[in-house]
Amino acid sequence: MRERLLQFHGRRGWLILAIAAAALIVLVPLLNSLPKSFPLSVPDYLIPLLGKFLCYGMMAIAMDMVWGYTGILSLGHALFFALGGYGMGMYLMRRMAGEGVYRSNLPDFMVFLDWKELPWYWHGFQHFGFAVLMLLLVPGLLALVFGWFAFRSRIKGVYLSIVTQALTFAAMLLFFQNATGFGGNNGLTDFKRILGHSLQSPSTKLGLYIVSAIALLLTYLLCRFVVTSKLGRVLTAVRDAELKTRFCGYDSINYKVFVWTLSAMLCALAGALYVPQVGIINPSEMQPSNSIELAIWVAVGGRGTLVGALLGALLLNGAKSYLTAAFPSAWLYFLGGIFVLVTLFLPRGVLGLMTTMRKKRAAPEKTTAPEPVVAGEMLAAPEKAVESS
Amino acid sequence: MRFVPAPLSSRRFATGLLALAAFVFVTGGGAGRPAFADTLDEAINGLASTSGEKISASVKQLATLGDPRAIPALEALVDDRLRAGPDGHAWVFDSHTHDLTDPVTGAPAPAAARPAREVELDNDIRREAQPVLAQLQLSSPDKSVRLAAAEELGKAGSEDAVALLHKAFDKEKDKGVHDALALAVARVDIQSKDPAVRLAAVQIVHKSGNDEMLGELQRLVSTGADGKPTEPDDRVRAEAKEALNSVLSRRRVITAVGSVIYGFSLASVLLFAALGLAITFGLLGVINMAHGEMLMLGAYATYAVQTFFQNHLAGAFQYYLIAAVPVAFIVTFAVGVVLERVVIRHLYNRPLETLLATWGISLILIQTVRLIFGAQNVAVANPDWLAGGVELAHGLVLPYNRIGVVVFVIAVSAAVWVLLYRTRLGLNVRAITQNRNMAACVGIPTKRLDAWMFGLGSGIAGLGGVALSQLGNVGPELGQSYIIDSFMVVVLGGVGRLAGAIVSALGLGVINKLIEPAAGAVMGKIVVLGFIILFIQRRPQGLFAIKGRSEA
Repeated sequence: MRERLLQFHGRRGWLILAIAAAALIVLVPLLNSLPKSFPLSVPDYLIPLLGKFLCYGMMAIAMDMVWGYTGILSLGHALFFALGGYGMGMYLMRRMAGEGVYRSNLPDFMVFLDWKELPWYWHGFQHFGFAVLMLLLVPGLLALVFGWFAFRSRIKGVYLSIVTQALTFAAMLLFFQNATGFGGNNGLTDFKRILGHSLQSPSTKLGLYIVSAIALLLTYLLCRFVVTSKLGRVLTAVRDAELKTRFCGYDSINYKVFVWTLSAMLCALAGALYVPQVGIINPSEMQPSNSIELAIWVAVGGRGTLVGALLGALLLNGAKSYLTAAFPSAWLYFLGGIFVLVTLFLPRGVLGLMTTMRKKRAAPEKTTAPEPVVAGEMLAAPEKAVESS
Repeated sequence: MRFVPAPLSSRRFATGLLALAAFVFVTGGGAGRPAFADTLDEAINGLASTSGEKISASVKQLATLGDPRAIPALEALVDDRLRAGPDGHAWVFDSHTHDLTDPVTGAPAPAAARPAREVELDNDIRREAQPVLAQLQLSSPDKSVRLAAAEELGKAGSEDAVALLHKAFDKEKDKGVHDALALAVARVDIQSKDPAVRLAAVQIVHKSGNDEMLGELQRLVSTGADGKPTEPDDRVRAEAKEALNSVLSRRRVITAVGSVIYGFSLASVLLFAALGLAITFGLLGVINMAHGEMLMLGAYATYAVQTFFQNHLAGAFQYYLIAAVPVAFIVTFAVGVVLERVVIRHLYNRPLETLLATWGISLILIQTVRLIFGAQNVAVANPDWLAGGVELAHGLVLPYNRIGVVVFVIAVSAAVWVLLYRTRLGLNVRAITQNRNMAACVGIPTKRLDAWMFGLGSGIAGLGGVALSQLGNVGPELGQSYIIDSFMVVVLGGVGRLAGAIVSALGLGVINKLIEPAAGAVMGKIVVLGFIILFIQRRPQGLFAIKGRSEA
């Protein structure tokens, strides 16, 4: 057991992790409870914002597991995130039955569309447990079916990216339709309560933040467990030389489908925690650009490190919150520049840069993360999608 | 075939009227009948009188004269565009240009004609004047004027109109106008009390297949509130039922043909984007997410050229589009080459990262265009020779701009084919696509060709932007909406295959537009995307896969 835990991180790594976790889970709520006059007090408005960033961080870690470790660049993870969010949104809508603008038992948008009864797929979502189960199972099942078909057909590389992007795009168009039954353009919003607690009250917001932080920690540990296991080794082997792995007797398809589905479900969980904190879910969460931005968070932090993905998500979203308010027209230049510069000059991301610099100081100490390997570098020259059959 | 004027073109309409007036002046207004002309002038000037009775009398006189040269004056009278000069001479006022012209000759009015007084008339006179105008139009030497008058009268459906129509019907020689007159008569006759007349009318409608009378036919076959059929006569009812079916099926065919035509023009735009992608993806193995932005840059280049012509070369404005083609190509070609040299060159062998880097480039390009041209859409006007369209059948107009786009894409595809398959350069490019190392070994400058081909692919997309600017508005996000579709075309057609790109662009465009009427635009798109995802499962290498070993 001890041995296995030390495979996750060295002693110093565990220490840093514990400090970071304590800071996020305990310190931030404590600082928030301080009176506003204290200089270090965290104001209330920051809490949901931080909670939102933590959800993005979860998504980035899930993405890193498929991209950084398995070499699958998915441009469809926003879809799973949004599906999780819609599941939570459906629960929140059902719990406020009778309290909408129209005082109807149905969600407001259905009254507006003159629907008389609930569509079948909305049944049961008034129960929290059922909703959570569904919001994990539905994206998981979709990922399983799609992944099985895609990987079985040996779709990989940029082809997989394009196909996942098309899938997300199609889903977005579908959810934009009023007839789909998820509120069309406006999505689901105006939520009131979660598990009986008002979403407007600061204590609920703080509670959601703490739940997000714990979920993030558990997600991290789970992913760390996966990538340091024997299965994780196979995933890395699939990334670096899929054919050779297959010839060694590992069925790469099963491994890919597993990690792909797990990643999708983690994204859905992140989406479910995200929705009550921002108060809205609509189809624009599935925009192609969202999935691509997710990839750049991971790339900025450093692929194949998990920590880097989290770091990248926090850094870029912090920058986005600041720049879109301070210099609105500069934000796209900044983001575009990051895309270009990071891929050109920082293939291992910020974390890779730090590792290199530490090595240059020639201090042969243990690094907190395993040596990141850049997926693309190992792949063969101009990658074709499939071997010919 | 019939020519329809472009919408919103009152200027063209006025020009047409002037041309008509001039035509009449040249053909009918020659010497030899001066007395007649005097009577005509007198009657026309009478229209501009201050007294209502005088105007009414002049209208009647024009009716007896039956001279089509009075049409412009009567039209102006009905439209409140008739003015009277200080000497009582009638002038036609152009509400667009504020010019006064002579109603018969079309010559501009002398300065002495101003200030002109507006001719005031009451609705009684207008009601008198309208059938006279229609009657004159029915005897006009211009076929299209007669046709329009026949349709107008049919819609009016009054007793006088029927009498007029019957008279013209017997005289009419031209088949098209004859049919239109028959239909106009039928439109009125279908209300007749005589079953035989109704039957004949329904038969005419049946033969024409015109869907404007759909409501009438439906009324004839329906049953009233009391359970009895609306139409008492069995034969008429049976004929109406058949006519209804034939009209409806004809309408379905027209809708389908229309969808195919629109599908072709959508396919053309997709093909512009996909041709370039097929080259860069096939040759360089690079996913260029900024490719859609090349469409956008091409469209903005067209806009810039248009603005330049408006400000500096207004006389040659009709030809700005011809100048825009090379400008758009050069701009996007240059942007493409620079991109390849500065960024993409460093990312060969790392296709996934190229995807991210080019996405970043697309963000930068979008923001730059937004800062230069503004975030709002800009309008690029069709030159006159691309406005309007050909009416293939009733209700089916084939717009010139769509024909132009299809012709343009055929020309560009042919040029690309010649370049790739009939030149030394193309031979080298194809060699690199097949085996880069071997090609380099035999002395092909692979690096330089990479840059050129990247530029070429971008340039073709830029030409696509010129085409897009003729179909709709131009905005900074223009390219984003095409990028997913054009990737689908490339994936479906098989990477690096020109024929594959062409076939799958056509297929996707037409299928998309065919599904649209049945399932709605969004569902159509979803169905197509779902179909492609399934198709790739079966044939991962696309429709036209390259045979041979892969480099995995």
